[in-house]
Amino acid sequence: MSSIAVPRRSPLAQALKGARHAAENRNSILGWLGTVDHKRIGILYGISSFIFFLAGGIEALLLRTQLARPDGNVLDPDQFNRLFTMHGTTMVFLVVMPMSSAFFNLLVPLMIGARDVAFPRLNAFSYWTFLAGAIFLNASFFTGDIFSGVLGAPDGGWFGYAPLNLRQYTPGHGMDFWMLGIQMLGIASLAGGFNFIVTILNMRAPGMTLFRMPVFVWMTLVTSFLIIFAMPVIAVALFELSFDRLFGANFFNAAAGGNPLLWQHMFWLFGHPEVYILILPAFGIISEILPTFARKPLFGYPFVVFSGIAIGFMSWGVWVHHMYTTGLGTIANSAFGISTILIAVPTGVKVFNWMGTLWGGSIRVRAPLMFAVGTVAMFTIGGLSGVTHSMVTSDYQQQDTYYVVAHFHYVLFGGAIFGLFGGIYYWFPKFTGRYLNETMGHVHFWLMFIGFNLTFFPMHISGLLGMPRRIYTYSGDMGWDMWNLISTIGAFTIAASVALFIVNFMISVRRGKEAGADPWDGRTLEWTIPSPPPEYNFAEIPTVHSLDDFWHQKYREDETGRVVPVLAGGAVETETEHHEEGGHGIHMPSPSFMPLIASLGFPFVATGLMYDYALVPVGFALILIGFYGWAMEPATEEE
Amino acid sequence: MAHAGTAHLETSTGIDNKKLLMWLFLASDCLFFGSFIAAYLLYRDRSLVGPYPEDLFDIPFTSVSAFVLLMSSVSMVLALAAIQRGNVRHMQIWLFTTAILGALFIAGQVYEFTEFHHEGLSLSTNLFGTTFFVLTGFHGAHVTIGILILLSLFVVSLRGGIQQKDSQTIELAGLYWHFVDIVWIVIFTLIYLIQP
Repeated sequence: MSSIAVPRRSPLAQALKGARHAAENRNSILGWLGTVDHKRIGILYGISSFIFFLAGGIEALLLRTQLARPDGNVLDPDQFNRLFTMHGTTMVFLVVMPMSSAFFNLLVPLMIGARDVAFPRLNAFSYWTFLAGAIFLNASFFTGDIFSGVLGAPDGGWFGYAPLNLRQYTPGHGMDFWMLGIQMLGIASLAGGFNFIVTILNMRAPGMTLFRMPVFVWMTLVTSFLIIFAMPVIAVALFELSFDRLFGANFFNAAAGGNPLLWQHMFWLFGHPEVYILILPAFGIISEILPTFARKPLFGYPFVVFSGIAIGFMSWGVWVHHMYTTGLGTIANSAFGISTILIAVPTGVKVFNWMGTLWGGSIRVRAPLMFAVGTVAMFTIGGLSGVTHSMVTSDYQQQDTYYVVAHFHYVLFGGAIFGLFGGIYYWFPKFTGRYLNETMGHVHFWLMFIGFNLTFFPMHISGLLGMPRRIYTYSGDMGWDMWNLISTIGAFTIAASVALFIVNFMISVRRGKEAGADPWDGRTLEWTIPSPPPEYNFAEIPTVHSLDDFWHQKYREDETGRVVPVLAGGAVETETEHHEEGGHGIHMPSPSFMPLIASLGFPFVATGLMYDYALVPVGFALILIGFYGWAMEPATEEE
Repeated sequence: MAHAGTAHLETSTGIDNKKLLMWLFLASDCLFFGSFIAAYLLYRDRSLVGPYPEDLFDIPFTSVSAFVLLMSSVSMVLALAAIQRGNVRHMQIWLFTTAILGALFIAGQVYEFTEFHHEGLSLSTNLFGTTFFVLTGFHGAHVTIGILILLSLFVVSLRGGIQQKDSQTIELAGLYWHFVDIVWIVIFTLIYLIQP
């Protein structure tokens, strides 16, 4: 929507203008509610997703406590179903995706030398819609009688398979919260995806050609394309489910001739690109960390980039490997088996490039590097077990067992979560001006690494021994006892490591060792500006001459090929320049409340659809007011 | 490649941010309609009870309303051409015409839906009812949003808010409008015209 200048003198307009001016005070509540600064939105994304990480983690601990011993009675079957549904949904949609968004927001403009994203208010809209959807989804817990142990949360699994997602099989509003909540999260992701594609394609600093972009920016671009093409597919599946559940349509109703498999096809056509939406940002993060701490350029930069793009394309042609046992026939299964084996190739290329980056480097073992190396190692194990169930025959044995649970936790926890923690340790100094405590970081890494392997490695074995997923208990004569007990011990070890991280964070954010502009001797543009970065990012938009431009400003090779510092190069000089310039006269977009107002409309519509249609027009009115206000208000208020 | 010249290197697509955003949105929307159309085609001829499409479709009537929608694309083009020449008056006339033609199409759809309902087809009657109403309903919702955008632009322009320099705003609305038209051509062909 373009902002069209229309003369306004109404009291309402004056009040809004006043509020926008009040929000210029960045530390006030209004300042946060109205912020359109990509760095602050990144921080909001990061903190919110971490809180949901704790919620999803507590759900996992409850599940593991129930499964610690045979015939457990900590949870009843109904609670167990609801908790594993919320655990999966939370970790995918409320943790890994938004935490990746936090990094996109914090870093992409800084890495490409821009002052903000292309559409700052759309960015705020993404965040508030995400938060609305996330709170809405979790509000479902309280629709049961929570104090007597009856949870109202959805119970159909994070994949919500038809026909079990239909009203006759899950009465109550749990799955309604699920389908409407994810719909909102999808809108948030879509808005973010559009925004980052435009930002990356159009807002790069002079000289920053596509192949001079940091790998993290490339992975953001690929992820954003996956988002804008995958989200509409799940949106349609969820709309179809919504019409079935709320208005008696027949999309998945076998009694009327509907085909429940349609759901699985659509869900996994979204779901497999989604897997790469979850992992590619972490790949981008470790591709920044490894060269910095190996003090070498990334080995085979074009290969890493093209592998990422190849993964993006191929991720659309593998979804049936989630559905081998549904009886699609040998031809379909073989074709998708082959494509699934093939997608391991570009992923393997990346793993070898990361190893090549470390090989022969002068490695500094710091917390970010440990998490990055942990990501490579754990993701490789998860990738290999993934190849084992690309084989159709082998998958028939593994389908719906704990072996699959082990596989995707190695990929999504060992891969994505480790990578994201690496990113937190790496960029914490940039956004706070202080280091996280290194010793606690090491302890955190080892505790988490050991806890993670204790939890998920035994699941390979319990799975191969035949333990099915999603059972709320098991009897003691199956030979699964020891493996389950170890998994539970591991889960609590992970919890301890996360608790330590929180302590580290709380202490370091106030009293951590001070970090300068370039604490790790970095290679990318964000390290050329002060920590924390000023509101306008770059006092003067940088000009880029090569890949890893900042590194080349600081170091050159002498005649013998040794790397030597450039005299008077690097951060120090850049920093003094900034102090002189001071950034006065740079106009940043004004705060805006319109995105928040529009986002608030969605939960009203969704709640109205479930409980009282009267709320639906209220919600749509809020959305319309938000969008119209947005289109009509100027992006920057005159003083 | 290190230290090559920089000034002439492309670091932007050259397409305006808002226009690029619109193209990306439309690309994404293709998958949205594509999924609904796929569901319709999958379930074609699978309804267990009537009424069936051949009992209900009134091809001459829908052809007329499709024609009306197509003509609205012509008036949309004329609106853009007018503002690019700086002729605000003509742009207003054509914008309003486009909105009216769009509204006529929606009126036709409302008539069609009620007619079908009278003849016993509801969302839950059979697979045809389910897939037909949801697919064409979402298309109708897109057209309705388009009408809202056109009327809003019309009102803004009456207050002098759209001049020759703002022609891109009209162009973006036009991109959306033409896309929704094209989707209707696909739906009309696949669902109404090609009967198994």
